[in-house]
Amino acid sequence: MSAEQDILQELAGREYEFGFETQIEMDIAPPGLNEDIIRFISAKKQEPEWLLEWRLKGYQLFQKLSMPTWQNFKLPEVDFQGVSYYAAPKNKVKYNSLDEVDPELLATFAKLGIPLEEQKMLSGVAVDAVFDSISVATTFKTQLHELGIIFCSFGEAVQEHPELVKKYLGTVVPQADNIYAALNSAVFSDGSFVYIPKGVRCPMELSTYFRINAKNTGQFERTLIIADEGSYVSYLEGCTAPMRDENQLHAAVVELIALDDSEIKYSTVQNWYPGDKDGKGGIYNFVTKRGICKGKNSKISWTQVETGSAITWKYPGVILQGDNSIGEFYSVAVTANKQVADTGTKMIHIGKNTKSRIISKGISAGHGHNTYRGQVKVGPNATNARNFTQCDSLLIGDRCGAHTFPYIESKNNTAMVEHEATTSKIGEDQVFYLNQRGIDNEQAVNMIVNGYAKEVLNQLPMEFAVEAQKLLSITLEGSVG
Amino acid sequence: MLNIKNLHAAVEGNAILKGINLNVKAGEVHAIMGPNGSGKSSLASVLAGREAYEVTEGSVDFDGKDLLDMSPEVRAREGLFLAFQYPVEIPGVSNINFLKTAVNEIRAYHGQPPMQAKAFLDMLKSKQKLMEFDANLMNRSLNEGFSGGEKKRNDVFQMAMLEPKLAIMDETDSGLDIDALRIVSAGVNKLRGKDNAFIIITHYQRLLEYIVPDFVHVLYNGRIVKSGTKELALELEEKGYDWLKEDIRLEEPVQ
Ligand SMILES: Nc1ncnc2c1ncn2[C@@H]1O[C@H](COP(=O)(O)OP(=O)(O)OP(=O)(O)O)[C@@H](O)[C@H]1O
Ligand SMILES: [Mg+2]
Repeated sequence: MSAEQDILQELAGREYEFGFETQIEMDIAPPGLNEDIIRFISAKKQEPEWLLEWRLKGYQLFQKLSMPTWQNFKLPEVDFQGVSYYAAPKNKVKYNSLDEVDPELLATFAKLGIPLEEQKMLSGVAVDAVFDSISVATTFKTQLHELGIIFCSFGEAVQEHPELVKKYLGTVVPQADNIYAALNSAVFSDGSFVYIPKGVRCPMELSTYFRINAKNTGQFERTLIIADEGSYVSYLEGCTAPMRDENQLHAAVVELIALDDSEIKYSTVQNWYPGDKDGKGGIYNFVTKRGICKGKNSKISWTQVETGSAITWKYPGVILQGDNSIGEFYSVAVTANKQVADTGTKMIHIGKNTKSRIISKGISAGHGHNTYRGQVKVGPNATNARNFTQCDSLLIGDRCGAHTFPYIESKNNTAMVEHEATTSKIGEDQVFYLNQRGIDNEQAVNMIVNGYAKEVLNQLPMEFAVEAQKLLSITLEGSVG
Repeated sequence: MLNIKNLHAAVEGNAILKGINLNVKAGEVHAIMGPNGSGKSSLASVLAGREAYEVTEGSVDFDGKDLLDMSPEVRAREGLFLAFQYPVEIPGVSNINFLKTAVNEIRAYHGQPPMQAKAFLDMLKSKQKLMEFDANLMNRSLNEGFSGGEKKRNDVFQMAMLEPKLAIMDETDSGLDIDALRIVSAGVNKLRGKDNAFIIITHYQRLLEYIVPDFVHVLYNGRIVKSGTKELALELEEKGYDWLKEDIRLEEPVQ
């Protein structure tokens, strides 16, 4: 009772850990969205004609599409003309080694606890760092190169592997999928590209750290990952952002393609600036992420830990086209203060014997609102399709909310779809039990929350799991007196 | 060590404890018996600092400090331990990490550095042996899916690990099988020393045959109505509480 009240009061006092801004000179396009801007972006990036055409088509679709209305929160007005659609560090040259990278940028990474150098040596993680819109460092490239693995910025892929980009771009998330996907396809800045050749098991976690760093610059990354037959890759995406006043729009698109007998594991830890205690200044995270299990026996697994942003709006899904393919979705979403998360997944069963598994853990504190929205669709040919959904909500205090919207649609009567949902409050009994063993409220809530989220955290690669646990702690820091 | 004076406490405005006086010295074992609903667990909760209970009168001195002035975690760090009548489940929190956190929080309070993993594991092993505690339970989530008896034993194991000055055991015997009762009692006896004390809440004289108390108190309607030595427990076992209730009714002023 009063422990919970303390939680509520103290949550308001929570501050964003990574509130600082780097002073790198930016090369910023004037605010506004029109065909000229799109041509400007394309020209800056020296893109081939077909890609410019594709962008322009995206822009046309964007103009035709309207804002979604089905979400469980009030969509803020976004002034698309007030956003600048291109920003790049001024000395945009490709670096051969980290020594050539702007030291201030490296210092920024260090503040975030991501010293690239150390990462290289210690953890065996190849880091493709996307700083605002341009990639500045790609490591471990040689080692990956020997295996035929392509891991580079999206822009580089356009230059060096145009045939792969052209073949798969927009095949999983069509440009017209939704208005933000259309916008992204028109103005996307940069992002990552991964190709794993046949039969290759990627020996390390591929990792990208995204940062939003230019004032009033929308971020429109585009990620494309292709796992060829019999290959395996685990990809990590982690995000932090500096504090700022204006709301920032972030509309990324991620497409995953898994061919026969391949597996893609995609993990995200998202910690963008959530706004102040009234939600002012936080980031809008409207992301479209989708994978397709194109080949038989393929597998795509999404794991996400969402602690940041003022509004999170994302539904990483899997299209289960290949027979015997598997789609998984593991999610922890935390909302505190005035944060809103409307997240979940889409599992589209098309092939025979396809399986999907959904584990969603929502945590709401303060005035936070957490919505799980999940769609499970079973097509007429998806004989013996199986889905299991477990959707839990944990409430801290009594001013927050949890909502669950499962949509199930089956056109095949051999399919089995199971849905389980629970809502619980952090029990005063549990907190007291831990208090009685010498553990204070804050740490008690931490332990309970981490315990609750464990099933999802366990899916993350080891070093990422530790980071995610820390993030949950930071997010709920000062949540109790 | 513990000096309770005229302690009154209420829950949601209902008076539950109505003037408890109790003095526990280092090295002593006190048993508290009494009918259901008489306030035994409430007394334990008030001592441990559960927020739902409002202390309306009285004082509690714990080793020279005002116990009622401390937060629950500080009471624990000062050496007060409660083995719960109903230990709660905390899903996903590993038993071993929880214990390590607890041990280190208490150490930090006393200005000691955190225990190294190796030292902690050694301690864990030796206490497991001492308490004959099933090592498999250590690797599971805190009380999650534990049987009733396993939860009780886990609490007693925590007690062995945390080495409190004063341990309050609330009906630890209920739910234990015959062998477990003997094992747990033997464990408690091993933990007994001249510097620590126990308050053992129980309904059954049987436990007190294993853990022989120095004093037995009867709590009834929020008050300690009778105190004696271990023979009192035998007498209660034989006669029940009715004879006491009648005595009390005669003593109490008519309302
Ligand atoms: N939250 C509450 N609201 C109202 N009454 C309460 C509350 N908590 C406890 N009580 C009452 O206080 C009294 C004492 O309860 P307590 O749990 O201390 O008894 P006990 O002596 O431990 O009993 P038992 O032997 O059954 O464990 C009971 O009558 C109980 O109903
Ligand atoms: Mg009781």
